[in-house]
Amino acid sequence: MAAITCSNLTKKFGKTTALDHIDLELEPGRIIGLAGPNGSGKTTLIKLAQHMLVPTEGEILIDGKAPGPETKAHLAYLPDRDFLPDWMKIDGLVKLYGGFYEDFSRETAEQMLTNLDIDKNMVFKKMSKGTREKVQLILTMSRKADVYLLDEPIAGVDPAARDYIIRTIISNYNPEALVLISTHLISDIENVLDEVIFLKSGTIVLHENTDDLRTRMNKSVDEYFREVFRC
Amino acid sequence: MKWEFKNGVPIYLQIITVLKRKIASGEMPPGSKVSPVRDLAMEAGVNPNTMQRALTQLEQEGLLYTLRTAGRYVTEDEQILKKMRESLSSGYIEDMFDALRELGMSREEIVEAVGAFGREQ
Repeated sequence: MAAITCSNLTKKFGKTTALDHIDLELEPGRIIGLAGPNGSGKTTLIKLAQHMLVPTEGEILIDGKAPGPETKAHLAYLPDRDFLPDWMKIDGLVKLYGGFYEDFSRETAEQMLTNLDIDKNMVFKKMSKGTREKVQLILTMSRKADVYLLDEPIAGVDPAARDYIIRTIISNYNPEALVLISTHLISDIENVLDEVIFLKSGTIVLHENTDDLRTRMNKSVDEYFREVFRC
Repeated sequence: MKWEFKNGVPIYLQIITVLKRKIASGEMPPGSKVSPVRDLAMEAGVNPNTMQRALTQLEQEGLLYTLRTAGRYVTEDEQILKKMRESLSSGYIEDMFDALRELGMSREEIVEAVGAFGREQ
């Protein structure tokens, strides 16, 4: 069964159509890039999967079920902005996640915090933007979820941490799980992607295997992306 | 050896070439155990499915073989290894010929230049 299925999925905000009749099937065991310029509908799609938004028309299913408390228990979501209680220490946040999510592994989280030299006694809001992003990603990836939705996970971190994060995604890779990564920085992650989706003004202009795309276009996914979305 | 990937060529094909070079250079000697897929994928910074695909193809070519419980190994079959080295080297020679032809050199000039280089080594 597909991990995420969208049929005729549409989301409007007033007169603005953020997603326009999208059909999509995303299989488990794949790392998939969701690429598109700002305002193309990436975050809207992720929020619909996370049940933070409700479709205007059509439907989205997670493992064949409508989004709700049951699907959210198996879905790890990394928003594109800070979302944690920022007065807490990292230590406390790890405990909070452990209490909140049954599939959360404290050992995994603590190992990753150590690897990235993050002080567990620091208060979240006193950390730099990049470090906060790392902490949020670590907490998200320390869950054993069926679906990971990562909204711009690498936008604000330095190149060394970016490499570490990419390796984290690979090393936590679970053959049964779907990892959906939204980004406009394709070159950083294209070697990790099985498939890529191009979103443009709320519609899907491309959904293809990355290696097939590279062969067909005789260029990198990043180069092709820049061509499709040239301003 | 660093893992660097060119644009426009499927990653799995490039991984195959890198692994063949590692085998040819002795970094992965005949009979040695191959790292697990996930470790190799992390080292290369690529998707584990892509790494798996490359390893599967190397198995089909006979360069790697799997013992059901003990993991994956580099072949010790001299014939297969020799064939691999030949195909790698003819690839390099082809690239070099193409590059030199672009400079406007004739076949004879290239052969002469390569021979002269070889004698100086």
